[in-house]
Amino acid sequence: MAFVLLAIVVAGPWLAPYPAELTSPQSLAGPSAEHLLGTDSIGRDVLSRMIIGGRATLSITVIAVVLALLIGAILGLLAGYLGGAVDQAIMRVLDVLFAFPAFLLAVAVVAALGPTIPNLILTIAIVYTPSMARVVRGPVLSVKRWDHVEAARSVGLSEFRIATRHILPMVVSPILVETSLMLSRAIFTITALSFLGLGPPPPDPNWGGELSSGRQFMELAPMNVIAPAAAIVFATLTFIVLANGLRDRFDVAGQR
Amino acid sequence: MSVPISQQHRVPPVEAGQSDSEPVLMVRDLGVTFPARRGHSAVAAVDVVDLDIPAGTTLGLVGESGSGKTTTGRAILQLLPSSGSVRLLGRELGGMRPGELRGMRRHMQFVLQNPYSSLHPRMTVEGILAEPLRVHRTVPASGIDARVDELLDLVGLDAEVRRRYPHEFSGGQRQRIVIARALAVDPDFVVCDEPVSALDVRIQAQIVELLTSLQQRLGVSYLFIAHDLAVVQQIADRVAVMYAGRIVELGDVADVYARPRHPYTRILLDAVPVPDPDVQRARLAAPPVQADLRSAPEPEGECVFGRNHREDGSPEWHLFDGGHGASCRYWPAGVRPDDTRA
Repeated sequence: MAFVLLAIVVAGPWLAPYPAELTSPQSLAGPSAEHLLGTDSIGRDVLSRMIIGGRATLSITVIAVVLALLIGAILGLLAGYLGGAVDQAIMRVLDVLFAFPAFLLAVAVVAALGPTIPNLILTIAIVYTPSMARVVRGPVLSVKRWDHVEAARSVGLSEFRIATRHILPMVVSPILVETSLMLSRAIFTITALSFLGLGPPPPDPNWGGELSSGRQFMELAPMNVIAPAAAIVFATLTFIVLANGLRDRFDVAGQR
Repeated sequence: MSVPISQQHRVPPVEAGQSDSEPVLMVRDLGVTFPARRGHSAVAAVDVVDLDIPAGTTLGLVGESGSGKTTTGRAILQLLPSSGSVRLLGRELGGMRPGELRGMRRHMQFVLQNPYSSLHPRMTVEGILAEPLRVHRTVPASGIDARVDELLDLVGLDAEVRRRYPHEFSGGQRQRIVIARALAVDPDFVVCDEPVSALDVRIQAQIVELLTSLQQRLGVSYLFIAHDLAVVQQIADRVAVMYAGRIVELGDVADVYARPRHPYTRILLDAVPVPDPDVQRARLAAPPVQADLRSAPEPEGECVFGRNHREDGSPEWHLFDGGHGASCRYWPAGVRPDDTRA
């Protein structure tokens, strides 16, 4: 499953049978040999728009989550390891962000910044940073009391080296699991934003936008709705399965 | 158990800048207080501890669980905030800047109790042993490989194990790795915190022998923390008995074991099983009186040794011949110094 998604991101424009903006005389056609998933209201090939739109949706999601991962992991490590006032400061600020429903916060940020792709990435990253920071901070709090960390300190390592070499590797598995779960939630958020018209500006395709525009012609050409919806479900499921797989793997390997 | 009880004090290699008179480690008035938690008042885990460890010797530190042994060891290594003075190689560690302290860690190392948790589970043996060398630059980068081999040989492990991970080793082998890590940078002083209590008895003897032979070869000093008196008897030159955060008795191992002065030391020694079923059965039939010594009266006026500390301001510490000393604290009412002799 992950390979299909990867293929879409990497080779989208070459995989798609037609360019995304190419119109044909038949509009709202059903599936046919020419157009496997039919065409939309102005005669564009739905399959092509799915593949090319998936590229936009998925890459925004992945970049944003990686960003959230980096910022969140650094903040979580700092908060958990240093503790005290630093911990309080970081976590209270993140709590404020955390207190908003994720989606509401995303809508607010996009509305304030304007719906461009960089802004969308930033928005998703901001929304998901607090949960990543929390996920990292928890285990760091316990790992920093482990014997091998005290041993490292008694050997005379610097605080930075202890944090990065002796604590961070111990919290990799929760980070990985959280990351893939976050991907599935982020893709949901981004398509929802696009659905509401806060996604990447038209005419470039993306899954949320397709779903939104296809909705008007649901009775005439159901494929226009089913295709993007199925794509979203597929991607979300992929990430969840990935998360489960990673968790199983690391739970076994993580045994001392 | 073949090591003689009293070991001669070995001659240490001469350290630059170290005077003959000052011991490697000198601890004065060490105190550790754990801050108050909800519903509990602050706890003085270690209270007025004085210790000296001359170069190349071992001081055993014994006492029951919770007596503050481990806390003392960690406080000496500056892993815990503490009060009082700790001087290593003539330099005061308390109040040292973090960077400077990290440098001093080259001279003092730590062997932890549990070899299953004190090694980084995702680092190879090689990585574990090379880390202190890289940090303290005691050998040039090109010499690290050779030094790792040398260390493995020193603790009796094959050079082939260097690419393995800690979980591939048994407890005794892991403890050898921990010891190799501690000795990597040629420290002058090592705190061994119950280094054998997590191991099988047979392995215990091997590790104690290893530590003893390493001391003879390298001239390193140990603070050997243990609750097992027999192990301490094997390895230590002198022994300090700790109770409720204080040292209640300190002296040469043979002397303290043969003529305990403090009632607590006596209780501890009585608790050691005797390898003669008849004697042991007789002893169990008449168990020693286990008074809670904490509730013992504080000496008012004259203490058990006939001194009045409040009036003359002298320390609550009484010296006997051979540098053997005992505290007059925690003596149950009615127990006289002479009663404690066998």
